Amino acid sequence: MNNFDFDVIERSWVYLFQTGMAFTLELTGLAMVGGIILGTLLAMMRLSSNKIISTVATTYVNLIRSIPLVLVIFWFYFLVPYIGAWVIGSNQPVQVGAFTSSLITFILFEAAYYCEIMRAGIQSIPRGQVWAGYALGMNYWQTMGNIVLPQAFRNMIPVLLTQTIVLFQDVSLVYVLSITDFVGAASKVAQRDGRLVEMYLFVAVVYFIICFGLSLLVKQLQKKVAIIR
Amino acid sequence: MNYNWNWRIFWEPSPDAVGTYMDTLLSGLYWTLATALLAWIMALVLGAVIGTLRTLPNRLVVRLANAYVELFRNIPLLVQMFLWFFVMPELVPASLGNWLKQLPNAPFVTAVLSLGFFTSARVAVQVSAGIGSLPRGQKMAGTALGLTLFQTYRYVLLPMAFRIIIPPLTSEFLNVIKNSAVALTIGLMELTARARSMQEFSFQVFEAFTAATIIYVLVNVVVVNLMRFIERKVAVPGFISGGGK
Repeated sequence: MNNFDFDVIERSWVYLFQTGMAFTLELTGLAMVGGIILGTLLAMMRLSSNKIISTVATTYVNLIRSIPLVLVIFWFYFLVPYIGAWVIGSNQPVQVGAFTSSLITFILFEAAYYCEIMRAGIQSIPRGQVWAGYALGMNYWQTMGNIVLPQAFRNMIPVLLTQTIVLFQDVSLVYVLSITDFVGAASKVAQRDGRLVEMYLFVAVVYFIICFGLSLLVKQLQKKVAIIR
Repeated sequence: MNYNWNWRIFWEPSPDAVGTYMDTLLSGLYWTLATALLAWIMALVLGAVIGTLRTLPNRLVVRLANAYVELFRNIPLLVQMFLWFFVMPELVPASLGNWLKQLPNAPFVTAVLSLGFFTSARVAVQVSAGIGSLPRGQKMAGTALGLTLFQTYRYVLLPMAFRIIIPPLTSEFLNVIKNSAVALTIGLMELTARARSMQEFSFQVFEAFTAATIIYVLVNVVVVNLMRFIERKVAVPGFISGGGK
């Protein structure tokens, strides 16, 4: 305990935040946007009256939700080059950067979780509103886009943001691909300087402050957006 | 796509001297289940205690229990595992630290501890939500009957609360199994790690990951059905929340 070396944090924090945290935040932000869009589409598919569409979406969501994120990360790390080759019709696996690969992974993975949230959100809207939309002559997309989804989003904002905090923590798992996210950057410095204790404690404190702060904000927001019925 | 499929790979001998690649994966499953089950027991016990403390009429106790929950919820599991594995042995007295580092199953012990604490915070939230969902009258009725606070919890509140939270506890149980895969970062050879090593030795990426995926899905199905069975077994007649009819 006595030979604690805070100097190592002072020396490396610029690198940690500029390289590591920037990567983590960028990945979290983009995966959140992509995940919510794809998740909403999946939720609409799950609630579709077309049996095939709803079965496809349900199977996908249940499958993704039953395997560990680490395994999903490995899956896509090896699969994405082949999918890329298939898309552009090349017969060599395409080189995909670490960032793109993990972004695709997190969008596809988190979409399954955002889907369940959005499904609950859509189902919380009274049926009559959909019928009213149809009665006014709107089609499916107009009813969804103008009536159901805006309310569903509003109701679900706190839950969506809580899931995003989980996503922010999950991004740390790209460590298994030796990517320099916040944890990855810290562990590189830790191993270079032999300062595991200081670096990992620092990482834990930073994560705690950010996640705890965000969860307090979400609680505030929850009070604000709650509709008094 | 020029990928050489070879589904017979599972019956070929693996270089880690366990037997075939199938045996490699099954020994991974064994470690996954052992880790998850022990961590789950730890999480249930700790979670029940902390969750109950969060509902007690004592400000200080509630504060401390909340701090516990926030501490374990707001740090990524990966970082928590690193803290237990790399940092904790350095912070305790040197002799204890060395003993910890030399444990034959250090990754396993660490994985169970960190998963157990991590999950206990989540279980605690569910337990206090379950207690909170009971009508206030139940607690009052308990005290009015002359039961002590402990007895009210033991005989009135907790038995109902636990039945109510079986569905969310099921998903926490599934989460423990999935989260045990994170332990591969500290060297635990569980299912995902075995699939990964099979991929490295045999280059049959997709066969290895497909097998691991199927095993995880099967484990999920078993757990879901087991929990449904328990839910039906313990249902109190007349209460929808207990799963009874």
